[in-house]
Amino acid sequence: MSLSKDEVARLARLARLAVRPEESVAVLERLNRVLGMIDAMRAVDTRGVEPMSHALDLVQRLRPDEVTEGDQRALFQAVAPAVERGLYLVPKVIE
Amino acid sequence: MLNASVVELSSALAARRVSSVELARLFLERIGRLNGSLNAFITVDEERTLEDARRADARRAREDAGPLTGIPMAHKDIYCTKGLRTTCGSRMLENFVSPYDAHVIERLSDAGALMLGKTNMDEFAMGSSTETSYFGPVRNAWNVDCVPGGSSGGSAVAVAARMAPAATGTDTGGSIRQPAALTGTCGLKPTYGLVSRYGMVAFASSLDQGGPIAKTAQDLALLLNAMAGFDRRDSTSTDRAPEDYSRMLDISLEGLRIGVPEEFFGDGLDADVRARVEDALRWFGAQGARTVPIRLPNAGLALPVYYVLAPAEASSNLSRYDGVRYGHRAQDYDDLIDLYTRTRTEGFGEEVKRRILVGTYVLSHGYYDAYYLQAQKLRRLIAEDFSAAFQACDVIMGPTTPGTAFALGSKMDDPVQMYLNDIYTIPAPLAGLPALSIPCGFDSQDLPVGLQLTGDYFSEARLLGVAHRYQQASDWHLRVPPGVPL
Repeated sequence: MSLSKDEVARLARLARLAVRPEESVAVLERLNRVLGMIDAMRAVDTRGVEPMSHALDLVQRLRPDEVTEGDQRALFQAVAPAVERGLYLVPKVIE
Repeated sequence: MLNASVVELSSALAARRVSSVELARLFLERIGRLNGSLNAFITVDEERTLEDARRADARRAREDAGPLTGIPMAHKDIYCTKGLRTTCGSRMLENFVSPYDAHVIERLSDAGALMLGKTNMDEFAMGSSTETSYFGPVRNAWNVDCVPGGSSGGSAVAVAARMAPAATGTDTGGSIRQPAALTGTCGLKPTYGLVSRYGMVAFASSLDQGGPIAKTAQDLALLLNAMAGFDRRDSTSTDRAPEDYSRMLDISLEGLRIGVPEEFFGDGLDADVRARVEDALRWFGAQGARTVPIRLPNAGLALPVYYVLAPAEASSNLSRYDGVRYGHRAQDYDDLIDLYTRTRTEGFGEEVKRRILVGTYVLSHGYYDAYYLQAQKLRRLIAEDFSAAFQACDVIMGPTTPGTAFALGSKMDDPVQMYLNDIYTIPAPLAGLPALSIPCGFDSQDLPVGLQLTGDYFSEARLLGVAHRYQQASDWHLRVPPGVPL
């Protein structure tokens, strides 16, 4: 499997990354090298094997539905790039 | 004192032969002298360290000290530390100061350990050489033109160069064991779930596990005693009764069954590394241990499986860096999508972006079954290989890495060459098993060689015991790099 320049551009868009024109050749070449290495696993017959999503096949722990955390908005927003009146500021999204 | 183990420093503190403030000054002075050339630390806060030290000395004066009270430690810059920036080796978090401490930091600080500073690492723990750090590469104390391995390269070099008696690291595909091997230090990746991931910046959550790096296996046991423990804030934290990981340090090697996987001794293994590992196996044989040839038939697939699963999880975990809630935010942007894109493009380095793209690809529509699901199935086959092997042996031994430390810059242009460093360290975390690396000699260039021990789930005490017995009869772990004399 080898990706084209357009496919890389599409992936970058999905990942919210930009590939600068001057680096696109190197990005494509290195990405394809990694995907080439990954390809080795595709041919293996895994019919009937249960996927393993987690080491130890862990089960999610449940806890009582109780409030355990206090309000820490001011603390967490202290490290935000832009806030105003307790709100995170982003560019306008609704016209 | 600089070359003393944590256990020895602990006795010296208990006997009032030295104070914690004196130890802090000693190591801070050494950091100040060596860090300019080695770049092992990203952030050092002397005042804070000395403050910790005074508190530790006060605890000791009130007879309220434990084995780690007053012991200086370095922390990988992936662990959130309240009030001291946590960069994760990335421009994205260059100025990030966490509002809370990681669970590991809480536990070590409750035990009275001091924080000397935050150590350099591959960006977001993605790398095997500590060259992908935004803060520049870390240099190997054994040869400054070589890499120290990664991603916990700063922690490993801090210990190797005696800038810290011990350090924390994290391991996803080998990030504790591989740098330990390349720097002549000891590193343990515990069983998945033993050490809480709370406050440890996430890379690949089904694999990430914190652990200690130190000079001796005995020290690793002492550190794990403090680091391990149930934490309700990590949904994958294992709720087990606390255990003493140093309880098997006097384990008998008589009759110990050592599994030797032929897959770890194939092509691509450096001749010197093979010879040193075989020397170690012979020593164990002479102590009455029995070597058992074993097979891990799917181990050869571990690298491709890992490079599907880890980037997939990373692409999801790193979607949180959007320039809105914390971290870097681009200066100029047109709209929200542009804000995200510019922020992420500026904030992440090349290797991180590559893994995000790989992860995005393998999770994208039409490819999920062929890549992600297939990798999860193979992950089970790899884990089952280990289960079968542990029917026939008590511990698996082999090389930690296929070669010793390599030249800076020599593998940066070819990601696959870089990834191949981790072929022996990747299988254990895929299965969730504990594994450690200890020094077992040097190659012809006088660079350290690592011996890897892998055990069954929750068998850390036994692994550490076996490693300790070896270290009682060898002194590889006590050698100091000639370039950084004491």
